[in-house]
Amino acid sequence: MLSDADRIFTNLYGLGDRSLAGAKKRGQWDNTKALLDRGRDVIIAEVKGSGLRGRGGAGFSTGMKWSFMPKEVDPARPHYLVINADESEPGTCKDREIMRNDPHTLVEGALVASFAMGAHACYIYIRGEFIAERIALQAAVDEAYEAGLIGKNNIHGYPFDLYVHHGAGAYICGEETALIESIEGKKGMPRLKPPFPANVGLYGCPTTVNNVESIAVVPTILRRGASWFAGIGRPNNTGTKLFSISGHVNKPCNVEEAMSISFRELIERHCGGVRGGWDNLLAVIPGGSSVRCVPAHQIIDCPMDFDSLVALGSGLGTAAVMVMDKSTDIIRAIARLSYFYKHESCGQCTPCREGTGWMWRVMERMVEGRAHKREIDLLFDVSKKIEGHTICALGDAAAWPVQGLITHFRDVIEQRIDQYTANPHSEPIRVAAE
Amino acid sequence: MSVRRLAEKQPESFEFTPQNKAWLEKQIAKYPDGRQASAVVPALWQAQKQNDYWLPRAAIEKVADTLGMPHIRVLEIATFYTMFNLEPVGKFYVQLCGTTPCMLRGSDDIIKVLERKVGPQRQVRVDGLFSWAEVECLGACCNAPMVQINDDYYEDLTPENFEKLLDDLAAGRSVKTGSQTGRSGSEPEGVLTSLTSLYGEGSK
Repeated sequence: MLSDADRIFTNLYGLGDRSLAGAKKRGQWDNTKALLDRGRDVIIAEVKGSGLRGRGGAGFSTGMKWSFMPKEVDPARPHYLVINADESEPGTCKDREIMRNDPHTLVEGALVASFAMGAHACYIYIRGEFIAERIALQAAVDEAYEAGLIGKNNIHGYPFDLYVHHGAGAYICGEETALIESIEGKKGMPRLKPPFPANVGLYGCPTTVNNVESIAVVPTILRRGASWFAGIGRPNNTGTKLFSISGHVNKPCNVEEAMSISFRELIERHCGGVRGGWDNLLAVIPGGSSVRCVPAHQIIDCPMDFDSLVALGSGLGTAAVMVMDKSTDIIRAIARLSYFYKHESCGQCTPCREGTGWMWRVMERMVEGRAHKREIDLLFDVSKKIEGHTICALGDAAAWPVQGLITHFRDVIEQRIDQYTANPHSEPIRVAAE
Repeated sequence: MSVRRLAEKQPESFEFTPQNKAWLEKQIAKYPDGRQASAVVPALWQAQKQNDYWLPRAAIEKVADTLGMPHIRVLEIATFYTMFNLEPVGKFYVQLCGTTPCMLRGSDDIIKVLERKVGPQRQVRVDGLFSWAEVECLGACCNAPMVQINDDYYEDLTPENFEKLLDDLAAGRSVKTGSQTGRSGSEPEGVLTSLTSLYGEGSK
């Protein structure tokens, strides 16, 4: 178990002082100049060495991503850091706590990360619904400006401007290129890659997009050293991680824990156990709505990290753990996610625009059992036609929950169909080609 | 995707208040020269706030003219981003999160309260006080089920405390935002399981 001394977000629950003075007492903004004085290359090497993998879902090495930025800054094409605070993945509510309760971890991280990439301006893109969080974050930014910690002339001798920008309710803007489009004042439609943002990003300039948590942990990693961070968790899955545990546990909560903590320990220690006890656990969606669900017996003693969950055909994603007990109608739980993806598809790629709606309509019939068993395979097959055939990963994200359901709970779907067909109905059973 | 159209009944014109005009100037200054289109979402949002939380065509065109954008580009944005209400809403506009994490914690029961007290979705109650809509994940899953009413989140709802919340709002009584069961944020209910060396057992 992680000890409090190793926790980065020491005001995660908002029980302490949120202001700059409070943040300084907790160790933030402590001689940040010394961190910058180490130089760009050393900072990037340190972040690489810590093994930090992006906290926004994909789990790509943060230090590696930073190193893709051009070494020399072309004055005509300034570098930008964009921080993705569009937290919209169902189940995920960790960045919200950072922004409203511990915002200075993010503001300081933004300065350090921007310096490491030669960026003098950074935009934080916060989802539109987070109004209180936006106000809290803006207040922290204003405090940092007033104290001369950031700004054109700041005490760190590195001109740096930080702006808070907001969206207006579109999940797709959490995709990095859609987010860039959105900041540019367009619809949030993902761009085809390449070119990658590190070459052509915001306003056509080199840009790196990072998740809030990935940026906010950086100053602490630099202060305590890469080896400290790398020493927590398992190799290739290092560091501390914010877990958002929701659903059928006795005490849902956000908590910062060591990467690779077992599911059982995470739930027992922080969430008061599964509702109705361990025997009542049905399935878990371990990484936000986009990953496949995992049945109880597979996950109970699984380490909660990137590689272990991928081995189960799922993923750590954003570490948004949705727990479902045996009272759950698992078909309906997944059908609701299908509706989510249908609602949030930007409509740019045909497989996603048409496919998400098709999958949702079939899933709704599966909830009732008003379907043919052969349609289960058809549904799986169609999901495979969507996966990997779209510009961004939303198509994959819509396909995986359905695939997880069919892989692990086909018997439940078949039972439902049997129940429906065993009873007289005036309406004939429709087939999928509606 | 969802089909979103402008309201049939539209006001004649829309003008930003002087305060909002000044505010918008400051927003535009955040972006590089010539990139004022970046301020389009904040500008539309401010227009919506000024216009009782819905966005008429005149406001969309006003924003386009202010930012030097073609009307169609801003219309596209107003219909793409779902937080822009294209039709009038109640004085208290309740957005209920119905996505799976909230569903698992009982958002169905909260919907029943809304249907009983407010009526069908997306229809303003006769007295103009309330309207509601089911929306997608609002990102407060550890405090599910929850709703957003105008700017504020109300979390850890039960049919009982939610009904009281609606009654209090209707009667003009002051209400508490955030958790309705006394949690500070998203910590586990009752005693803390982490950060105890800093905060002891927590707020309760």
